[in-house]
Amino acid sequence: MSATASTTEFRALTRPQMAARLARDIPEGWYVNLGIGIPTQVADHVPLDREVIFHSENGVLGMGPAPAEDKIEPWLINAGKQYVTLRKGGSYVHHADSFAMIRGGHLDLCVLGGFQVAENGDLANWATSENDMAPAVGGAMDLAAGAKRLWVLMDHTTKDGTPKIVHRCSYPLTAVGTTRRVYTNLATLDITERGFVVLDMAPGLTFENLQARTDAPLHR
Amino acid sequence: MINKIVQSMADAMAGIQDGSVVLIGGFGAVGQPNALVDGLIEQGARDLTVAVNNAGVGRVGLARLMDLGRVRRVICSFPRSSDPVVFESLYRAGKIELELVPQGTLAERMHAAGAGIPAFFTKTAAGTLLAAGKEIREFEGETYVMEKALHGDVALVEAWQADRWGNLTYKQSGRNFNPVMAMASRLTIVQSQHMVELGDIPPENVHTPGIFVDRVLHVPYGDPSGF
Repeated sequence: MSATASTTEFRALTRPQMAARLARDIPEGWYVNLGIGIPTQVADHVPLDREVIFHSENGVLGMGPAPAEDKIEPWLINAGKQYVTLRKGGSYVHHADSFAMIRGGHLDLCVLGGFQVAENGDLANWATSENDMAPAVGGAMDLAAGAKRLWVLMDHTTKDGTPKIVHRCSYPLTAVGTTRRVYTNLATLDITERGFVVLDMAPGLTFENLQARTDAPLHR
Repeated sequence: MINKIVQSMADAMAGIQDGSVVLIGGFGAVGQPNALVDGLIEQGARDLTVAVNNAGVGRVGLARLMDLGRVRRVICSFPRSSDPVVFESLYRAGKIELELVPQGTLAERMHAAGAGIPAFFTKTAAGTLLAAGKEIREFEGETYVMEKALHGDVALVEAWQADRWGNLTYKQSGRNFNPVMAMASRLTIVQSQHMVELGDIPPENVHTPGIFVDRVLHVPYGDPSGF
């Protein structure tokens, strides 16, 4: 599929809009882990008066936003190794306890980026077959297998237009069948027994146009 | 009188053997025992297996240890960093082995080692390349992978406070892998920013009790830097 296949006018969501769209669906009281990349931005769109508790796998529960330049705590970082803050009520734990929160099913939600998501809920987000660098997995497999629900936040296609929403993943898997929902720059998709179900689409986008950019059947 | 405080780096590093499995604390630069890694470079042990979350930055510390050809094998979850130049070139050249382990599995394998649990089952990595060659079992309809305990011969740990019994605290997210590595090793060596009197750390606030610690060296270096 080429990028010029459709000239229909629509407005794909920007990164902040994607993060904001996902953030709308996180209710007060949830314990949430946000992966590195666009998922990290989701926290910026959850209003502070909605008490959502963010977890960082390096042992921070109750993580707050980035500090002002003059308020940096050099010992307080997130999983992306950026400086963060701790909200009142937050706590620190060691790595095994932090991953017990993940692997023991205590997190209500994990949001990860992705290379591919398949209609059977498989996620590929840690390695590509042509990658000749030393592979790195971090906490992605723990998060994808362990959280109560996994949502993926990513672009709908690669830069050259190759669909990332697919029938089956061709890249090495991160976890089998655990993705529940995908938020892209073009649509929000639930993964159900029937496969992908479209919850909403970017302004001006038609169902047919979305289907043309997707390598798996979509359902309304 | 018990006194685990050592006065020199040479005393801290005494007896580390060639071929040792060395667990190195830290997540990025935070909680990373840089002085002890430099001490290990000086000490000279080789043919090491190193378990650590990140495989070194630039050409200092762990990266230098690898650059000197002293590390045979790295067990880690995220070998990439902002500047993983040494590890990547050694890896590409086939001069270093990598055992890639999901981060939670890495932590739990050491936690298990410290608790006398030889192996455990986890959902993490089930159905993926990282489960290859491992025993798979079903429990209540779900697929699990067997992972084995990871014991260290030596752990290098960074603490915020320590006393002469080896009771430790950690600062903020500097705790990370340090407590489980202290538990998992036969010889646990600590560098601590602050030395305090026995009893100064409130008992409720001891993060790692001295039973898991063998040697403590005072290294007041300030704030971590260099990710």
